[in-house]
Amino acid sequence: MAHIAEHYTEYHPRWLRPHISTYWWLRKRSYFAFILREISSLFVAWSVVYVLLIVYAVGRGPTVYQELLEWSRQPWVIVVNVISLLLVGFHAVTWFNLAPQALVVRLGHTHVPGAVISASNYAAWVVVSAIVAWIIVGG
Amino acid sequence: MIRRSAEPLLWMVFSAGGVVAALVLPMLLFLFGVAFPLGWLTTPSAAHLAAVIGHPLTRLALVVVCTVSLFHAAHRFRYTLYDGLQIKHLNEIIALLCYGSAVVGSVASAYLLATF
Amino acid sequence: MSKRIKLQVARYRPEQESESVFEEYEVPCPSDWVVLDGLNHVKDQLDGTLSYRWSCRMGICGSCGMTVNGEPKLTCATFLDDYAPGPVRVEPLRNFPVIRDLVVDLGDFMQKLVRVKPWIVRSVEKPLAAGEYLQTPEEMDEYKQFSMCINCMLCYAACPIYGLDPKFIGPAAIALAQRYNLDSRDEGAAERLEILSEHEGIWGCTFVGECTKVCPKNVNPAGAIQRYKLNAALESVKSFFLPRGA
Repeated sequence: MAHIAEHYTEYHPRWLRPHISTYWWLRKRSYFAFILREISSLFVAWSVVYVLLIVYAVGRGPTVYQELLEWSRQPWVIVVNVISLLLVGFHAVTWFNLAPQALVVRLGHTHVPGAVISASNYAAWVVVSAIVAWIIVGG
Repeated sequence: MIRRSAEPLLWMVFSAGGVVAALVLPMLLFLFGVAFPLGWLTTPSAAHLAAVIGHPLTRLALVVVCTVSLFHAAHRFRYTLYDGLQIKHLNEIIALLCYGSAVVGSVASAYLLATF
Repeated sequence: MSKRIKLQVARYRPEQESESVFEEYEVPCPSDWVVLDGLNHVKDQLDGTLSYRWSCRMGICGSCGMTVNGEPKLTCATFLDDYAPGPVRVEPLRNFPVIRDLVVDLGDFMQKLVRVKPWIVRSVEKPLAAGEYLQTPEEMDEYKQFSMCINCMLCYAACPIYGLDPKFIGPAAIALAQRYNLDSRDEGAAERLEILSEHEGIWGCTFVGECTKVCPKNVNPAGAIQRYKLNAALESVKSFFLPRGA
């Protein structure tokens, strides 16, 4: 059957086959939000590199650590980090909002509503962030 | 071409990385990238951070966070290149570059934290 | 004088043009007219050569899907008045080859649909005398949402991934596969997984989420695909640690 259909198409060279522009993701707000969400991956990678830089500097002793702190106060580094923070935050929000789509949790006979799954993700975010902040700043 | 059977595994790591990155990275980046450099909070001393990272649990957690987050980023960026730039025909090179960088980064993080 | 609205309709007549062109028609715009009523008015009163598909006019047949002002819509459920003062741009569904005017080719979708075996698969059929396959209301609720699909293909028109890679099996087909996988009477999940775990199956989807937004029946194909991914990933882990025969 597949064969017939393919041959059928072959003899219809006059069908109009629209092309998708390379910049299709600029056509609609929701498409742009999608590509932004996907681009957040680069900033996730940058965050990891930045954390590893700090680990490296701390490991090399107070002098290197101070040098790194100086470097991190440069305006362009702060700008890069603010943009990264926004995008990593966007990743987190979209991720938690979409989590109930993949995760269907059942308690007895009823499904746990998606809003509850999202909410528990946000709760976990608050708890983890608090622990991280406490260890680094307060601990 | 990526072997078909690799796809579910890559997706699992992508998902795990997505969760971990979302939970952990924003706060780390906020503190070290914004709050400390701008003086909103007192920057912790090298000695304090050394003590924190010195703990085996911290190091283990950091290696896991770095590895899965990097694979998450690699997987997502690979598809971003396919969708955003329509260069799926370069599949092999893109996959190699993306996952290759993730492997390099993961090994580097493991080395860094193992020898801390 | 009653209200009127301008329709800008994409025309493609392969015997006379190589690109689609817009033609403008002015049609009445009473509050109960949908875009399809406007097109019918054009066809009956203004230009009988206009080609488009429609049938039931009540959101069940799934044949009148078109692009209205850039969005995939069922034209029988899209009111002209909502676009006042106009103009309203009517184009064929995106991502499909156009045969003529607003008519697109369904062949690709039809072939994909069959591939996921959207019917109840049994390893051994019960004899007729043994009666029906029974199901509780709870068991039906598991898949009911996914069974509402009317094959209107709006989700394919909204999906940039399908547009970029026509090999991608696409939202509705995966949602329908899931509809049967979640059916307590079905035993075909393993067969479907084989087809859907190909690269162009579920793994091609990067969760743009547009399919769910445009679905006129609230099927939520994007959710079906993500659930399927999780399930397929767990299955492959399981088969890794518990090889056959273990």
